[in-house]
Amino acid sequence: MSHHPIISPLRHTLITGDKTYHDITEDICAPSEKVPSTAWVIAFILSVTVLGFGVFCILWTIWMGIGTWNLNRTIGWGWDITNFVWWIGIGHAGTLISAILLLFRQKWRTGVNRAAEAMTIFAVMCAGLFPLIHMGRLWLGFFIFPYPNTRGPLWVNFNSPLLWDVFAISTYFTVSLLFWYTGLVPDLATLRDRSKGLRRKIYSFVAFGWTGSAKHWQRFESLSLILAGIATPLVLSVHTIVSFDFATSVIPGWHTTIFPPYFVAGAIFSGFAMVLTLMIITRKVLKLEDYITLQHIESMNKVIVLTATMVGVAYLTELFISWYSQYPYEQFAFYNRATGIYFWSYVGMMGCNVLVPQIFWVEKYRRNITLTFFMSIFINIGMWFERFVIIVTTLARDFLPSSWSYYVPTWVEIGIYVGTFGLFFTLYLIFTRVAPVVAIAEVKSILKTSGSQYTGLSKRKAIDYKEAAAEADHAHAHDDHGHH
Amino acid sequence: MEGHKDVLYGLYNDEDVLMDAITKAQKDHLDIHDVFTPFPVHGLDEVMGLSESRLHIAGFVYGALGTLTAFLFMSWVFTRDWPIIFGGKPYWSVPAFIPITFELTVLFSCVGMVITYYTVCGMGPGADNPTLDDRITDDKFCLAFNVSNSSKDEIESLKGFLTESGAEETNIKTI
Repeated sequence: MSHHPIISPLRHTLITGDKTYHDITEDICAPSEKVPSTAWVIAFILSVTVLGFGVFCILWTIWMGIGTWNLNRTIGWGWDITNFVWWIGIGHAGTLISAILLLFRQKWRTGVNRAAEAMTIFAVMCAGLFPLIHMGRLWLGFFIFPYPNTRGPLWVNFNSPLLWDVFAISTYFTVSLLFWYTGLVPDLATLRDRSKGLRRKIYSFVAFGWTGSAKHWQRFESLSLILAGIATPLVLSVHTIVSFDFATSVIPGWHTTIFPPYFVAGAIFSGFAMVLTLMIITRKVLKLEDYITLQHIESMNKVIVLTATMVGVAYLTELFISWYSQYPYEQFAFYNRATGIYFWSYVGMMGCNVLVPQIFWVEKYRRNITLTFFMSIFINIGMWFERFVIIVTTLARDFLPSSWSYYVPTWVEIGIYVGTFGLFFTLYLIFTRVAPVVAIAEVKSILKTSGSQYTGLSKRKAIDYKEAAAEADHAHAHDDHGHH
Repeated sequence: MEGHKDVLYGLYNDEDVLMDAITKAQKDHLDIHDVFTPFPVHGLDEVMGLSESRLHIAGFVYGALGTLTAFLFMSWVFTRDWPIIFGGKPYWSVPAFIPITFELTVLFSCVGMVITYYTVCGMGPGADNPTLDDRITDDKFCLAFNVSNSSKDEIESLKGFLTESGAEETNIKTI
């Protein structure tokens, strides 16, 4: 009856180092069970300081009014909405990795999905700040919700893309959070079962009484699959709706039907870049190189080169259509982007997003970690420029040359943007301390197909537990043992 | 707590050994109390003969509720309660209602399913469900029998079954 484990060199190795189930638990729990390293403490203090400055700038804006920003007559959206779209784009990778790759049965998602989902949630929090603050009178922010009021009731405008945004982003945040936490519960139970005293009490509370019962796992898998199924159109809808903020207006350069797919591709592109930036640091610092392997990095780089090319095609299509339209205002909008006062941001966008990532067609470069790290930073910058080009360059040159102007941010606007990095990294650093950054249970579930000892990468033979159990058993149990 | 149970359980080192043990237990008509594993083991529910989860039905119902809530509410507001013309479009401008209708469908479905999932599993913030062994969330696979009403001989024979089927350890715990 017993047989050897199947070893196939055809499969990609996603867990190196010949891990056992227990090794996986030990390795991934280790970072949250140790005293924080000096590097962590320094990074944390730095992040909190930057966050503090951001909070100061936000309070300054609220106290003094939106006039502390350099927005002017035609440039009603500047760094605020640029940053909003940038962060929300970054926040797309987590759900893409955990939902779409789950539906496509991509096993490499298990190494990075947990951290990517956490990153998504933190990025959406950073993004959500900007629309709230840019309303000016933050204390009236609840006006965006359709609640019964004494003014009629006067309802919100359900036909406005800005209101669709409210629904899209709050739904996306809620769903991402629930999806992430539901996946986290079994791993929090692992931390609970390894701890004592107060720590155990805390982890018991947050582990929701997880037992690992077969029926619970069955429901867990069913829930994950359906959540993935509905999160997939959701993630596509969110950036589609963000692009509607522009596309449903009648501004040349914004009023284009290509926006939804172009924005979604850009979101995936920038999200993967941010995942790479974080993962390359995380795997090194937390010593998780056996779980977030070169194979993972290469897979993400393949998505990078695909989406880079997609946004490249979108940029060129925009140029072509503006010329083909024979509509002078549309033509001017794009001519102005490439050669006008903000040409440098267009160059940054084209260079960082389209040209440089093309080197990832070469396998050697896809598997080069240092290069990947710098590339991910480039892309983060390039994608910020993309949003800046779309928003500021367009608004600075509207229909009347008499109202043309130039916009530079004030220290307050820069401070709020920098502050969101503080928020993002503060939350991420706390996350790496309190929860497993790699999905423990999910990694265990792919060990026997993607562990190095099962893919023939390792010279050591995989332990055949079945055989071991049979040998330990009494002789009468397995008489038909001789056939292999 | 009411309804204390005495549970005899065996801990296995590997899911394949556990699966064989379950198949054997089914053949011997042993009444399995539950099986606990550190990760979702593929095919375990089939071997145990668990019926398919009906969460997806709940998800559909919640989703449909979201669709109706959003669409009917917006229709009511813009055709009955406070009709306003936006951009020269009809009051009942259905295409413009689609984004919010979609978002609420997803939101209702997701939140409803997650709440249902935790409720039917008896889980939630601070829930304190008894566990048999701390290593079940690490690397042990657990097969458990309820022996509250079993005689000593029956317990011994079950213990024998667990050891013979490859369990590394057997234990009795009252939960």
